[in-house]
Amino acid sequence: MGEEVEESIDGLRQSFRTGRTRSVAWRKSQLGSIVRLVSENEEKIFSALYQDLGKHPVECYRDELGVVLKSAAYALRNLDKWVAPKKGNLPLLFFPARGQVIPEPLGVVLVISSWNFPISLALDPVIGAISAGNAVVLKPSELAPACSAFLAEHVPLYLDTKAVKVVEGGVDMGERLLRQRWDKIFFTGGPKGGQIVMSAAARYLTPVTLELGGKCPTILDTLSDAYDVKIMVKRIAGGKWGPCCGQACIGVDYILVERKFSATLIELLRRTIKKFYGENPQSSKSICRIVNRDHFERLKSMLKDPAVADSIKFGGSMDEEILFIEPTILLDPPLDSELMMSEIFGPLLPIITVDNIQESIEFINSRPKPLAIYAFTKNEAFKQRIIKETSSGSITFNDVMVQFVCDELPFGGVGQSGFGRYHGKYSFDTFSHEKAVMRRGFFPELEPRYPPWNDFKLRFIRLAYRFNYLGLLLLMLLSRR
Amino acid sequence: MGRETQTEGKPSASFDTVAASAMMKELQAAYCSGTTRSYGWRISQLKCLLRLTEDHGEDIAQALRSDLSKPELESYVYEISMLKNSINLALKELKKWMLPEKAKTSLTTFPSSAEIVSEPLGVVLVISAWNYPFLLSLDPVIGAIAAGNAVVLKPSEIAPASSALLAKLMGEYMDGSAIRVVEGAVAETTALLEQKWDKICYTGNCRVGRIVMAAAAKHLTPVLLELGGKCPVVVDSNINLKVSCRRIIMGKWGCNNGQACISPDYIVTTKEYAPKLIDALKKELERFFGRDALESPDLSRIVNTNHFSRLTKLLDEDKVSVKVIYGGERDQSKLKIAPTILLDVPRDSLIMNEEIFGPLLPILTVDKLEDSFDIINSGMKPLAAYLFTSDNKFRERFVRNVSAGGLVVNDTAIHLAVPSLPFGGVGDSGMGAYHGKFSFDTFSHKKAVMYRGFIGDADIRYPPYTKTKVRLLQALVSGSFLAIIRALFGRS
Repeated sequence: MGEEVEESIDGLRQSFRTGRTRSVAWRKSQLGSIVRLVSENEEKIFSALYQDLGKHPVECYRDELGVVLKSAAYALRNLDKWVAPKKGNLPLLFFPARGQVIPEPLGVVLVISSWNFPISLALDPVIGAISAGNAVVLKPSELAPACSAFLAEHVPLYLDTKAVKVVEGGVDMGERLLRQRWDKIFFTGGPKGGQIVMSAAARYLTPVTLELGGKCPTILDTLSDAYDVKIMVKRIAGGKWGPCCGQACIGVDYILVERKFSATLIELLRRTIKKFYGENPQSSKSICRIVNRDHFERLKSMLKDPAVADSIKFGGSMDEEILFIEPTILLDPPLDSELMMSEIFGPLLPIITVDNIQESIEFINSRPKPLAIYAFTKNEAFKQRIIKETSSGSITFNDVMVQFVCDELPFGGVGQSGFGRYHGKYSFDTFSHEKAVMRRGFFPELEPRYPPWNDFKLRFIRLAYRFNYLGLLLLMLLSRR
Repeated sequence: MGRETQTEGKPSASFDTVAASAMMKELQAAYCSGTTRSYGWRISQLKCLLRLTEDHGEDIAQALRSDLSKPELESYVYEISMLKNSINLALKELKKWMLPEKAKTSLTTFPSSAEIVSEPLGVVLVISAWNYPFLLSLDPVIGAIAAGNAVVLKPSEIAPASSALLAKLMGEYMDGSAIRVVEGAVAETTALLEQKWDKICYTGNCRVGRIVMAAAAKHLTPVLLELGGKCPVVVDSNINLKVSCRRIIMGKWGCNNGQACISPDYIVTTKEYAPKLIDALKKELERFFGRDALESPDLSRIVNTNHFSRLTKLLDEDKVSVKVIYGGERDQSKLKIAPTILLDVPRDSLIMNEEIFGPLLPILTVDKLEDSFDIINSGMKPLAAYLFTSDNKFRERFVRNVSAGGLVVNDTAIHLAVPSLPFGGVGDSGMGAYHGKFSFDTFSHKKAVMYRGFIGDADIRYPPYTKTKVRLLQALVSGSFLAIIRALFGRS
């Protein structure tokens, strides 16, 4: 694409101006094409994801293809409802008049996606942008090159090239794109990238959605039922090492648990890891590898700190050759270590012990707001405390990560974990402007609206604002005399 | 001239970064204590604000007279009454707004339930404008309080009497541990913008909007930008002319003499209809403001000499000054400019390329009214666009084709007073919206909360992964029951 990026954005703007992308039929046909793009190229996507991240097809389907197919189907099913104007009730004073809120597309939007779920985090926002009737440029992450290439090659084959473009490239291309004027920028990535995107967006007053990450805590209350404990451990292990080997923005970052339970927990996790990945996880096909050398080094250096290394209770081995890091459990690493200060984004799982599980609320509140909080508990009062007293993008009780697939829940962060939200209808809203429309007739006409001003008009308006219709009537009748 | 209400009495040195960050610490502590979250606190503060406006209507009108010579009635209509309405609505609806929303969950996560909980964002900053110094300061503050945040308000230094009154009254009436007013100009605003806020609401112009957003980017703070733009009025020929003219005049000169972000900026009409429209406008203008509009008590003055000279510069551009067909009188000593109409100013003139924000009204003529779409869409997206027509087909085309924050057909500016409509811009007229429940939402975070039990755990989610699991997932997503059965039992 190279030199002509600027021109091709111009081209998209032209297409948008012609109204091409506005029709519901166009939007539906494009959504249908996304479904075909994914379902007709399953094997190719599996293999691209395997090349980039060593992702197993089950994971691919569960976290990427399935997500896209489900989102597209949901949008197709609901689009007619979404595009319909919403009624805004008007006070009687304005009668006869009609108030509506009409969603309209923003224009030409930019989607910058990340490497950890290179297919779903690229196409899921695109589904929202198209549903809302925008022209889109997608810049997939260069750190998942096979997936980026797949999208660049196949999106033009399935989608309307006049309105949907994929631009490949690294930081340079990202900066170049950010110099352009957009009507919305949707960014998934880290806080530093978020700052760059928003600063660039400020130049053209472009609204942004920032999907960032954060250290997502998992609170484990004491569960009395052995079956529940078993399910809990399974869900945590599945949520930590399952999706992209911990390289997920809503993955479990660390666990908070009461001291007395920590030994049991470690033992149970150890057994679960064995069951999931066998005696030798390194040879398991069911676990992703670290995306690249930089990230491998980053994770490695987290473990280098001697105090951190001492706290390893399980795992810790790594193979630089194949960028593999074993599922690793750490008990009470120093809280000021890199491991506990920044988002881990990898297979290391610190367990932080507290005397009483209620203290975990304070612990979470003393840190930046995470994208998600998970809590395993049957204590309803504790649940309410967590909801009321902590702040995070979302909270899930007794499970991890499943909030991501719930179309009716907004997905997005708060504070350090970003702002703006998407999924389901929220995706549509994120890429729409809600235009307030008021239609009036010429009658009746209220004289007191107009100057020259006098006391009668002032009294009239005071009553009108209180919607005191009886008072208004009396005022009118009395003043006639 | 920075002064914080809390340090009242002491003529403190300017409000700098150190002072700002000290204040921030106090507010954060107040927010973290949880006081502002309770329904009781929110209601009590809204009630205090209501009392403030009720007790001091006269003082407010006085301050507005001093800052803008705003006619008393305008002060009541657009500032005091709108605020009271806004507070009363919040008082009445708050309980409902605060309720969690139920959300449906899908089969994939069965059994589960979910809800969306509104929670306050934290400590928020409201930077307001000088043209409606009370409304534009306190209306966002109402939203911020209703949503349970701690708030700092920075009123505009360009309306000094209003700013001082706000600082004084807010200090007297509101809970000073969580609600503050910081007065000041660029230096104080810069010190404030360096802090880490949980939301910034700014009302003003694009240039400062960019500065605010760039400052917010450093801390990843979401922003609500209420900017302006050139709001067009398209006038068809099949209308009730008298009513239309009066409504246009009300939106233009009856709103702070054109110094309002939703004021009509220019008119587009057909060549044939323009003379009729102009005659009618003149007639109604005279009826409203008399023969000598400079002497009318019912028109605001221009806010200061800077803006006065900005407006006269627009008017005195060579190719523009010859186009004046009505008005044009001015009185520099009183900062007054009479309602002025210009016909067919060149599209490349200054007046057609910036927001006028004053009593000048250019009229552009076109051959066909449809051509107005191009004129509007070739410029920046305005905050509001108005249309006067009796042709329903044309009306719907206008609604479809014109992009603006809000549209009003057959009236101007009144959508501002409708709390069930979101008020906010798009493109260059800003981002985010408020008013009514939208104010509450804009200062809230919508937290997704999902509840699961321990039963109903599908092994398919977990490693080790197998071919069967792939097939089962494919079947589940495709929703084909038969395929699910096959995947579960067979080796299809």
